[in-house]
Amino acid sequence: MTLKPDLELVSLVKRYGETVAVDGISYHFDAGTYACLLGPSGCGKSSTLRMIAGHESVSDGAVLLGGRDVSHLPPAKRGTAMMFQNYALFPHLSVRDNVAFSLKMQGTDATTRKSRANEMLELVDMLPLADRLPAQLSGGQQQRAALARALITKPEVLLLDEPLSALDPFLRIKMRAELRKLQRELGITFIHVTHGQDEALALADEIVVMNNARIEQAGATRTVFEAPKTAFVARFLGSHNVVTMPEGKIAIRTDALRIRPAGAARLPATVTAIEYQGTHVALTASIPGDQEVTALLSDRDFFDAPKMEGEAIGLDWDAQEAHALAG
Amino acid sequence: MISRHVQGWLMAAPLTLVLAVFLLAPIVMIVVVSFWGATEWSIYPAFLWDNYDFLLTSKVTYQVFFNTFKYAAITWACTLLIGFTVAYYLAFHIRSTTWQIALFLLCTIPFLTSNIIRMISWIPFLGRNGLANSTLLSWGVIDAPLEWLLFSDFSVILAFVHLYTLFMVVPIFNTMMRIDPALIEAATDAGASGWQTLRHVVIPLTKPGIMIGTIFVLALVMGDFITVRFMSGSQSANVGRMIQNDIGLLQYPSASATAVILLITVLLLIGTLLRFVDIRKEL
Repeated sequence: MTLKPDLELVSLVKRYGETVAVDGISYHFDAGTYACLLGPSGCGKSSTLRMIAGHESVSDGAVLLGGRDVSHLPPAKRGTAMMFQNYALFPHLSVRDNVAFSLKMQGTDATTRKSRANEMLELVDMLPLADRLPAQLSGGQQQRAALARALITKPEVLLLDEPLSALDPFLRIKMRAELRKLQRELGITFIHVTHGQDEALALADEIVVMNNARIEQAGATRTVFEAPKTAFVARFLGSHNVVTMPEGKIAIRTDALRIRPAGAARLPATVTAIEYQGTHVALTASIPGDQEVTALLSDRDFFDAPKMEGEAIGLDWDAQEAHALAG
Repeated sequence: MISRHVQGWLMAAPLTLVLAVFLLAPIVMIVVVSFWGATEWSIYPAFLWDNYDFLLTSKVTYQVFFNTFKYAAITWACTLLIGFTVAYYLAFHIRSTTWQIALFLLCTIPFLTSNIIRMISWIPFLGRNGLANSTLLSWGVIDAPLEWLLFSDFSVILAFVHLYTLFMVVPIFNTMMRIDPALIEAATDAGASGWQTLRHVVIPLTKPGIMIGTIFVLALVMGDFITVRFMSGSQSANVGRMIQNDIGLLQYPSASATAVILLITVLLLIGTLLRFVDIRKEL
C-alpha cells in the first residue's frame, strides 16, 4: 500500500468582492484523519471545503495535497471527491449509473463500469437497490449512494459537506457510525463540515473550530474539548460554562461544578431552574455579575441533597478544571 | 346545504361549459360538416365520404402535407437550437436573479407588437432592394441581389423562427431553473467536461421542457396560414393555406375534411412525442 498523502492549507483566503469569507487559514491534516470543520453558518467552513474540492476558486494561499499544489487544478484532477449536502444524485440515472458516472466520463467500458459500481455499492450495502432511481430511496440510502459515487474515483481525501443535515435525528446517529466505520476501513482522509458539535465530537479525530472566517482553535478533538482557548470555542462545543471572574474569563465544564452550602464555596449562587434529564440533573443558577451557569449533576448526587428553585447555594470546582480564556 | 357531490359538479361547471361551447362543439361541427356535400354554388347536409376520398387520393394533398412537415421540422430544429442556447445562457451563466428576470423580459419585448407587424417588417429588410441586399451589394459580397431572401421557403422559415423561438425558450428556461446547481458541480467533481455535463446531465434533465416547447412550436407551425401567405408571397402552400383557400371559395365541407385530417395528424404527432418523455412533473 502506498503512503497516503497529507493535506495542508497554506494561508488560504477566499474573497467575494469586498467580503472575506475565509481569512488566511493554515492547517495541516495528517493522512488518514477524520477531521471536522466546525462552526456556525457563515463562518467560512463550507467555503474552505469548496476550495479544497476545487468548486470555489482560491483567492490567495494554497491547498497542498501530498506536497503538491492543487489549488488551481480542476476538481477531478486533485485526488479529492466531494459528497454534497443534499447528495446531488442525478435524478434521471439509476443508483448504479450514478455511481458509475465518473467512470463513464473517463470512457471506461460498460462491463468494467458495472462491476466497479457494484463493488462500491457492495461496500455501502446498496447492491440490492442498484437499479432504483434516487427518488425511490430513503434519505439514508441516498447518502450511501452518494458515498459510493464519491468513493469510486478512489480519492485520497473525501470531502463531506454537512452530510448528515438532511437526515432525521435517529438516522443521523446511525449514519454517523457508518461514516466512521467506513473511514477506518478505507484509511483515507475525511474532511467533514458540520455545525453540530455533537456530530463533530462523535466522529472526529481532529476538529477545526472556525468563526468569522478564521480558525478559533484546532487540534485533537479531546484536547480542544478539554481545554478550550476562547469563550467562543467553549460555548460552541457546549457542556462548558463561561464565567467572568475578577482575574478574567474562565471556562468550566458543567459536570465539574460542585454544589456546596452557601458561603462555603468559591461562588455564591441562587438556583433558577432545575431540569431532570434521567441520568443527570441540570441545575441552572445565577451568580454575581448577572451571569448564569449550569451544573450537570448525576441524578444520585442531586437527589441525595435536592435543591429548590430560589435556594441559595455555593458553587465550587477543582482549580485544574478552570481554563483561562482569551477573549 | 348542498352535498359535496353537487358542489364538485357546480365548481367544474363553468370550465366545462366554456370548453363544451368553444372547443368541443366547434370540433363536432367541423367533423359533421366534413361529411356534407357541396356543389359549385351550394352545400347540403349529407353523409358522404367524397371530401375525404378526394383529399386522400389527391397528389396535391400529400405535397402540401409534406411541405407543412418540412416547415415544422426545420422551424423546430432552429427554434430548439436557438431556444436551448438562450435558455442555457439565462439559466446557467447569469448569476443574479435580477439580471435573469431583466434579460428574460427583454426576450418578450418583440411580443408587444402584433404577429403580423413583426412578420411584415421583414419585407423591406429582405426585399430585392431591401436592406440586406443593398448592404451585401455595397460590401461587394454579392454582385446581384439575392432572389431567395424574400418570398421563398427561406423567408417563411425565418419568420417562423423569429415568431416562435420564445415558445421554446420559456419552457426550457423554466425546466433548467429547477436543475439543482449542485448537480452540475457533482458532474464536474466526477470529471465531466462541459460538453459531457451538457450531454449527460443538462439535456436529459431538460427533456420535459424541450418537449413542451416542441409541442408549442409544432402546433403553431402546423396550424399556421398567415405567415406562409405573407412570407412566401402566396407562392408556397401548407395545410393551413389549403383550408383557407377552400373557405375563400365557400367550400366548407372540403375545408372541414382537411381540418379534421390536420387535427388527427397533429394529435398523432404529439401523442407519439409524449410517449418518449414524461412531462407530468412540469405541469
